[in-house]
Amino acid sequence: MSNVSLTQAIPMLLKAVPRSRNFEAVLLFWVAGIHAFALAQIQLAVSQRMSWDMLYYWAPPTISAWILHYVLRKYVLNADGLLLPLAFLLNGLGIAMIYRLDLAEITRGGQDLFAERQVWLSCFAMLIAAIVVRLVRNPLVLRRFPYLAGAAAVVLLLLPAAPVIGRTLNGATLWIAIGDLSFQPGEIAKILLAIFFAGYLVSRKGPLSEIGSRVLGMKIPSAKDLGPILLFWIASIAVLVIQRDLGTSILYFGLFLVMIYTATGRGFYVGIGLVMMVTGALVASRLFGYVGARFDAWLAPFATENYTAQGGSYQLVQGLFGMAHGDVIGAGLGSGFPQLIPLAESDFIFAALGEELGLAGIFAILAIYLLIVYRGLRIANTHQDDFSKLLALGLSFVLGLQVFIVAGGVMGLLPLTGLTTPFLAAGGSALLANWAIIALLMVLSDSSLRRVKE
Amino acid sequence: MNRQVRRVGLALTVMFIALFAIASSIQVVRTESLYQDSRNVRASYETYKTQRGSILVGETEVVTSVAVNDQYRFLRSYDSVLYSAVAGYFSIFTGSSGIERSMNSLLAGQSSAQFFEQINALLDGTPVTGAAIELSLDPAVQRAAWDALGGRKGAVVALDPTTGRILAMVSKPTFDANLMAGHEYDPVNQAYRDYLDDPDKPLVNRAIGGDLYPPGSVFKLVVAAAALESGRYSTTTTFENLDRYRLPGTSTIIQNSSNNTCGEGALVTLEQALIRSCNIPFAMLAVDLGQDRIRAMAELMGFGDQIAIPLSVTPSVYPIGLELSQLALTGFGQFDVRVSPLQMAMTTAAIANQGVIMKPQLVDQVVASNLNVLSKPEPAIFSSPMSRETAGLLTRMMVDSVGYGAATNAAIPQVAVAGKTGTAENGPDDPFTLWFTGFAPAESPRVVVTVVVEDGGGIGQNGTGNQIAAPIAKAVMKAALNR
Repeated sequence: MSNVSLTQAIPMLLKAVPRSRNFEAVLLFWVAGIHAFALAQIQLAVSQRMSWDMLYYWAPPTISAWILHYVLRKYVLNADGLLLPLAFLLNGLGIAMIYRLDLAEITRGGQDLFAERQVWLSCFAMLIAAIVVRLVRNPLVLRRFPYLAGAAAVVLLLLPAAPVIGRTLNGATLWIAIGDLSFQPGEIAKILLAIFFAGYLVSRKGPLSEIGSRVLGMKIPSAKDLGPILLFWIASIAVLVIQRDLGTSILYFGLFLVMIYTATGRGFYVGIGLVMMVTGALVASRLFGYVGARFDAWLAPFATENYTAQGGSYQLVQGLFGMAHGDVIGAGLGSGFPQLIPLAESDFIFAALGEELGLAGIFAILAIYLLIVYRGLRIANTHQDDFSKLLALGLSFVLGLQVFIVAGGVMGLLPLTGLTTPFLAAGGSALLANWAIIALLMVLSDSSLRRVKE
Repeated sequence: MNRQVRRVGLALTVMFIALFAIASSIQVVRTESLYQDSRNVRASYETYKTQRGSILVGETEVVTSVAVNDQYRFLRSYDSVLYSAVAGYFSIFTGSSGIERSMNSLLAGQSSAQFFEQINALLDGTPVTGAAIELSLDPAVQRAAWDALGGRKGAVVALDPTTGRILAMVSKPTFDANLMAGHEYDPVNQAYRDYLDDPDKPLVNRAIGGDLYPPGSVFKLVVAAAALESGRYSTTTTFENLDRYRLPGTSTIIQNSSNNTCGEGALVTLEQALIRSCNIPFAMLAVDLGQDRIRAMAELMGFGDQIAIPLSVTPSVYPIGLELSQLALTGFGQFDVRVSPLQMAMTTAAIANQGVIMKPQLVDQVVASNLNVLSKPEPAIFSSPMSRETAGLLTRMMVDSVGYGAATNAAIPQVAVAGKTGTAENGPDDPFTLWFTGFAPAESPRVVVTVVVEDGGGIGQNGTGNQIAAPIAKAVMKAALNR
């Protein structure tokens, strides 16, 4: 106990938090209060008066969260008590910001409104999460169909490139559309991929962790070792070529690397994987104009030629202006100018929140994400079953990595990509996928504790 | 496998720490540079949605923000063109000027002094209310200056030499700030363009900025002060009394404005030369004294300084690297000497206030919307360019100048007025720039007044400072003394 490393300390610290549905219920009350406060502040700041309109944006998601809470109470009583309130906090904050941007759009005389849709999509996503909890009470059922999940993921990834239904937005081919309904299948694919990797790696753990021949003290991996990583690297490049989006490609490849590393315990995979990833990204930036333009905008966002270029750094720079305007405590909800940032309701909602909630808000939001990720890793850490361990790790890592890529992109740490900010950004497929991740993590945490008790 | 899970956790933690770091860098370290990027419109947007503070003269609000029912919420309203030059304009589309510009952050409620009000506004979602600026201007003096200048082009500055408070500041022609305060782009832009294209430059506050003026004979005060302070000259130092003088190293001949000698006699004293405002003795004095001493005195008085009152004052210029012939010309304020009327008022204030210039100031106090006084500039010494004795000698000469010399039109019955006129040449055929600078009462000065009139007051090369500028100053001094 006296010598505890940081990596050990964090899960130990988090163990101190009680997990129960009652704890969750108390937190949900708090979160609903925060949402009401945010909506009220927005109405007061934008129109100087409060109206009953806010019930429309507050009540349905709150009711949905309570329904989900009820379902958890009924089927997975011992599931983690923090995940639902944390995810719901972010989701409601996103709705509030989208509502605030809608008000600005109405003032401007515009027609592009998103909040109403986001409310119902959030409810739908939480309902789906409840269904996932009900259906997948025992996560081991997922282990039965790894190849099916893998195949489904591949199909979903290829769909946006398909004729008729495929859609390209802002240079990235990430959407499919049927009539008015559009969908981003890549979001669902990340869950299916995590299930596939977990199932595949658990069955192939042995061979993959065998050490190859040694030459000059270095471990030279055998072809068998290199096979899967090369295959998946090529697949990621294919995703990059087809979907024209670096973020999605890195997200899947990163997920693969971390899961194969965890399963085999071999750092070699991470090392060579990172080299391949960087090489691939650099080569892609040379070969494909759309990736190269993103790199230029990233490296020199303030250069006039990038700022004025079509698809250049204008959006990024406007986002930075907004965040700088927010300063430490923020302009206050409803009191900034996030409407000046293109796509503030989706790709750049992080910058919009940074402007109105300031550095304090950004830290809080990042801390919430990190807490969700830590809870997920804790489940991975404590679960006895290897498949569940891997799945919990994969799901929480993919969530954390996505936040890193999106927030890093918005803040100029990484090149900008087409990924969405989990729970916050307007968009149904992302909400659905991320709530499904929360649902799966719940189920996994419940099954973990159930085994201990049995 | 748990070891790997912990390592993945550590990797994610590092990634998030990178996000925390870059967010801190953007929102703390780089805020200022990002905020000031010319492509960032937030800085200007920010100021529209607040109720800007009023600008007051005496008890009267001369500039206010009126609530209106549009997206900008408040319309800036300017009561009178009397204060346009000082108050300036505030436009959503074309920028701002004057107090509206230099005190913008306080007026808009965005200064760091208004932190708690910002927090309040943040919590209840109401817009911040800006602070009110109380100007030092005196409405009666300002009105007198405005009326006395009449339809002429030029400027008037009046200040209290003992405190530096500016009592009047008029610049003509001027502009109607309401035309640029509107919320519709086209009329505002049209009005702005018209003002910009006007050759008379109505948007320029001539009292402190623009192209500055050649000072002519009022600059003799600076030269005389430098001479007396050098210890090498007294009021009785004599110069050869010539009616024509050839500039050293050239064949150019200059004359006194009388086209004659400076009074009777073969010799003329420094005192008489100043009272009668003769050019030849001062040309000789400048050559004898040397440019370094003159420049040193000018700089002590504020030449070359970036002065903020808080409007920024264009620095006055005494040129460097002068040839002797040019140096001689600067002795009576010609060649490339360029001054602002405020600079000449400060020079005069040094003489009036026993050698000490008080920092000129347009703002009495800044009052937050909760009636807290946010700032109240105390009188402060700007510089002490001359001794009390020198100031006394110059005062006596200036009183005589008004009494029987070159500035008689500024005389007020029962009051000892000290004054100096100037009639500066611009080009061979261009109209003169006419000056008067002085103060009253001479024994315990309460007001310094500097007047400049462009284009010879409309009568070409026929007008003199005494004829056109002195009566204007007289009217302003009377108004100030009657308070």
